[in-house]
Amino acid sequence: MTADRRGGPGVPLLRLEGISKRFGAVRALDRVDLDIAEGQVTALVGDNGAGKSSLIKTVAGLWAPDAGRIRWQGEPVTLRNPKDAEQLGITTIYQDLALCDNLDIVQNMFLGHELRRHGILDESSMEIAARGTLRELAVTTVRSIRQPVASLSGGQRQSVAVAKAVMAKARLVIMDEPTAALGVSQTEQVLGLIRRLADQGVAVLMVSHNLNDVFRVADRLAVLYLGRMAVDGPAADFDLQSVVEYMTAGTRSGPGPS
Amino acid sequence: MSELEEPIVAMPEVVADSLGEYLRAWWVRIKNGDSGVLPILAGLAIIIVIFQVQEPVFLSAGNIVNLLTQAAVFVLLGLAEIFALVLSEIDLSTGFVAAVGGMIIAELLASPNNWPWWSAVLAGLAATAAIGALQGTLITRLRLPSFIVTLAGLLGWEGVLIWLADIDKGAVGGVVRISNSVVYNLVNGNMSPLAGWITLVVVVGLYAAVTVTRTVRRRRQGLSAPPLSITVATIAVVGVVGVALVVVCNVNRGSLVPLQGVPWVVPFVLAVVLAWSWLFARTRTGRYMYAIGANPEAARRAGINVARVRTIGFMMASLTAGMAGLVYESRLGSIATDVDGGTLVLYAVAAAVIGGASLFGGRGKPVHALLGGVVIAAVYNGLGLLGVSAAGQDMATALVLLAAVSVDSLVRRRGRSA
Repeated sequence: MTADRRGGPGVPLLRLEGISKRFGAVRALDRVDLDIAEGQVTALVGDNGAGKSSLIKTVAGLWAPDAGRIRWQGEPVTLRNPKDAEQLGITTIYQDLALCDNLDIVQNMFLGHELRRHGILDESSMEIAARGTLRELAVTTVRSIRQPVASLSGGQRQSVAVAKAVMAKARLVIMDEPTAALGVSQTEQVLGLIRRLADQGVAVLMVSHNLNDVFRVADRLAVLYLGRMAVDGPAADFDLQSVVEYMTAGTRSGPGPS
Repeated sequence: MSELEEPIVAMPEVVADSLGEYLRAWWVRIKNGDSGVLPILAGLAIIIVIFQVQEPVFLSAGNIVNLLTQAAVFVLLGLAEIFALVLSEIDLSTGFVAAVGGMIIAELLASPNNWPWWSAVLAGLAATAAIGALQGTLITRLRLPSFIVTLAGLLGWEGVLIWLADIDKGAVGGVVRISNSVVYNLVNGNMSPLAGWITLVVVVGLYAAVTVTRTVRRRRQGLSAPPLSITVATIAVVGVVGVALVVVCNVNRGSLVPLQGVPWVVPFVLAVVLAWSWLFARTRTGRYMYAIGANPEAARRAGINVARVRTIGFMMASLTAGMAGLVYESRLGSIATDVDGGTLVLYAVAAAVIGGASLFGGRGKPVHALLGGVVIAAVYNGLGLLGVSAAGQDMATALVLLAAVSVDSLVRRRGRSA
């Protein structure tokens, strides 16, 4: 598995080994292996019910797997709750769950991690830091970072959520359908942002239904089929048709990666 | 880029560098339905004009001071409700919690207890804060709806109020007189005219110093800040309103003996409004209350202890209600078991909502309770002067409430569809 890794030498940031999770008779995840490397966008694709959500919930610490091991930088870790994951530097961005509409961009980016001076909110420092982060991510379409996020477009909101993760020093950002419900230009904006996030050395695990978006931005592809890892490898080794075959049949008739 | 052409609904002070830009952003914001306190100020102006035309006594110094002391209870009750509303909750118990707090203070002041005023007041407020903490704990730990818990409070604390009077042999007919001059003079006593002026100068001076310093510092750091002209204009408006208030209160309104000066309750209420505004705007707890009111799930995921912040909110609501009870009994010179806490809580919600707080959570500031409380007091005071019956007064207040909420809703709906 590690032979075809593109992320340079050394151990992957996150490694899943034989992760299994069942709900009664349903095998949501069946001995799933996956490596996620820093500085790369890993796209997790699969049909409905393939286990994508189960897998990201495992990595986000929302539940523990029944079997298997999670390694963070080579060390085995247990993720009992989202706090455990967050402490390692794993941040999950759920669409529309992340932001408070009545708070402005700075307030949202620092929510739960406010800077204070003498116990009082230090608005100036937060604004300066937030502005710096947004600039690094080249988020330039917002008119003012002091506007409530209710006034932002879907793409801008997604950008704020990403900036919030960067602000929290996330090393692995999990994005659940980051481009769903976005228009063309906003999708463009968010994909660019994901790319820049990875270029800054952050590992991105992106779940998406939209294969066009996946091919635009992903370095690696991992295809789940009925809870099993059907295939994973460099995105360049796949084409649209092969991915669809793996998604719908779990295997491929012709030649393919692996 | 379509993003750039989206309407700017941010506060004008954050997107504007010059006065012109500021006014343009302000206008866009109003057109977008975020009109702030403008409708309520306009409504208040209309109410004042109507009553003044009908009854010239309305704007006499004596009546204005009377109106301000009437408003004090409504404002404090509204402030209490703001905490619940911002959290997207409701507190139906504030009226009787106020009465219980007032009763405890009055009984501790009366013989045979004869507590010093400050300890009696502290004990009363501590008791109301504890009531709020209890209700908040029930709501957050047992996951009960605040509507039900505080409805039980509305009934239960009335029972406690009657019981407190029953066990007190000094409470004849359920009435306890305020025997302490400090508590009595909170509403019925006045600052000397000179003290009023000195207080005004100090307060406006501090306000000016703080806002100018902040604006200048933020500009120097390259952060968004309102144009200096707007800051200066705001200070001027605050100054003018303050001067008008002190001038009116310092007019001799006595008929036989001279009676003049700002009632102590005015700076008291303003201090509470300021303190709570600071809490909402400058502390983490206040920030979290807004976050929880808008999106509790996001707040939870951000690592906020949602149950704890909610409990604090209910505690602050009951504590503020206790202050309202203090002002209530000070004004009447007594407190009795017949306090209509059921109606008071409706005024509390009305004051907050008329002022601009949202019933749907996440939106509301202490200044909204201040404005809403003054509007309710103005309606009651004016209709009373015109000799309108209690029935008419209630109906009129209902209409004002409906009008305020509809204006708000209409303006906002237009903003959303635009």
